Amino acid sequence: MSVLVVIEHDRGAVSAASLEALAAARTIGPQVEALTLGAAADGAVAQLAAHGAAVVHQVHHDLLADYGPEAWGEAVAQAVRTLQPEAVVATGTERGNEVMAQAAARLDLPFVANVLEVTTGEVWSISRVRWGGSLIEQCTLTAAAKLLSVSHHAFDPAEAPAAGAVAALTVVLDPALARTVVTERVERAAGVTLATAPLVVGGGRAVGSSDAFAPLEELAALLGGVVGCSRAVTNNGWRNHTDQVGQTGTRIAPDLYMACGISGAIQHWVGAMASKKILAINTDPEANMVTKADYAVIGDLHKVVPAITAEIRRRRG
Amino acid sequence: MRVLVCVKRVPAPGAKINITADGQAVDTAYLAFTTSPHEECAVEEAVQLVERHGGESTVLTLGPGEAVEQLRYAASIGIDKAVLLPIDGGDWDPQRTAAAIASAICDLESADGPFDLILFGNESADSGNFQVGVRVAHALGRPNVNGIKGITLHGDSVHARRESDAGVEVYAVPLPAVFGVKEGINLPRYPTMKGRLNAKKVAVETVEPYGEAGGQQMVTLVQAAEQASQTVMLGHGPEAASAVVDLLEELGILK
Repeated sequence: MSVLVVIEHDRGAVSAASLEALAAARTIGPQVEALTLGAAADGAVAQLAAHGAAVVHQVHHDLLADYGPEAWGEAVAQAVRTLQPEAVVATGTERGNEVMAQAAARLDLPFVANVLEVTTGEVWSISRVRWGGSLIEQCTLTAAAKLLSVSHHAFDPAEAPAAGAVAALTVVLDPALARTVVTERVERAAGVTLATAPLVVGGGRAVGSSDAFAPLEELAALLGGVVGCSRAVTNNGWRNHTDQVGQTGTRIAPDLYMACGISGAIQHWVGAMASKKILAINTDPEANMVTKADYAVIGDLHKVVPAITAEIRRRRG
Repeated sequence: MRVLVCVKRVPAPGAKINITADGQAVDTAYLAFTTSPHEECAVEEAVQLVERHGGESTVLTLGPGEAVEQLRYAASIGIDKAVLLPIDGGDWDPQRTAAAIASAICDLESADGPFDLILFGNESADSGNFQVGVRVAHALGRPNVNGIKGITLHGDSVHARRESDAGVEVYAVPLPAVFGVKEGINLPRYPTMKGRLNAKKVAVETVEPYGEAGGQQMVTLVQAAEQASQTVMLGHGPEAASAVVDLLEELGILK
């Protein structure tokens, strides 16, 4: 029984989540094969073989030179029809889920998104993420080919050397699918982003206004971090949505998250829970963020944050 | 232009989500309900598009009879028409949901003409299956991109913006089209008193949903394991600053 892993890449750069998907596939069946879409990904063979791909199926087509959900989804659907794998595993990322949903629609098959664990058998039993990770759904899956995406961080990437035999796979794509291929890009300026920052200073409703974020900005800048916020803050128009930490904002994973005046509703918590350490600053010792944090200071953020900044300056002389 | 927006009624949880004793659903005894966040923004986007370009907006939901509240909320911020696909009991699986919505859209379009734009939320806040909008788009044979945080109309096509790790991607998509939009595309307005009054008058059309059950069946819901965390108290008020900076040094954040 073969398990086909759809490799996510951006113009050739394989995502870390793809290596997690390969690790997940190895828990499902012994014969793991990779599928790469577009010639840009051809250089990935050695890396995929090292992570357990016995075969790397390469699809080349002009419409796959850049990303397009419909072209990628149709290519995956055709690969499934040709190779007839028992299961297809993709990354539980925005792209991975989108491509699998496209493929599933075309194959008229179910698709289970953001999987944590798979038990194979006559009927497959699967646990998957709900509510951004605060609830788990146990479900059954019945399908000729089981289409899954793997929740980020649920499986650790690990080397498991395999042959990595290259095989060319031909697909026929309707030129009309060019309608959803990326036509233009604005590259992000280099630098620390909310998703990659080693330190995030977060502010919630208790900050009180847009201007009152200045002390949080100052502290973050002093420590080489960035400022994040809760949904209450963006809903009030105090900060841009790009700063929002949460289920419908950015998932962060810093070394330390300083959550200032944030109660810790589910929506926010699931975006922050991958932080290595959390320090909550809150007037309410019973706040969800305080009880879930590693460290807490009970007090008014408007007084505590400037005091921390002053203490750092004092020690630095 | 004619815009349709599809929404889902979901619980609005606070600090913790409790599950019913039979493990089949979120215990909503003490919870309010709301429109799933991405979809709240999809509703606002539909209203703005019609304000800018003229036309008519419609909101549709598949859900329990109580989901009329979410339809009326959409009407209160400016959506013109509302359609309910009523279901009893728990959620339908994503294949069945998509089939019912696609079929209802076909009925609505044969009565009143095609929608230029159909908006979904990128994913629902509760079940997060990431696929209903994509399946509907495919059933209708229309182009579809998810994760959209900007829509601008250029004649009979749309420039749709999406954020990625590498920056911003732009898709030039011909109409009619279907998009999954994300929170941040706009800041949804609050209903005015006049809007609330108008919403009461909007007729809600009911369409009996039909769809075959799909291959994914929920068995039970369980709580995710809580990280056992013993919170270390660093102190009270500004006097705790010294302990905080000690911690920053210990964690290697302050070098």
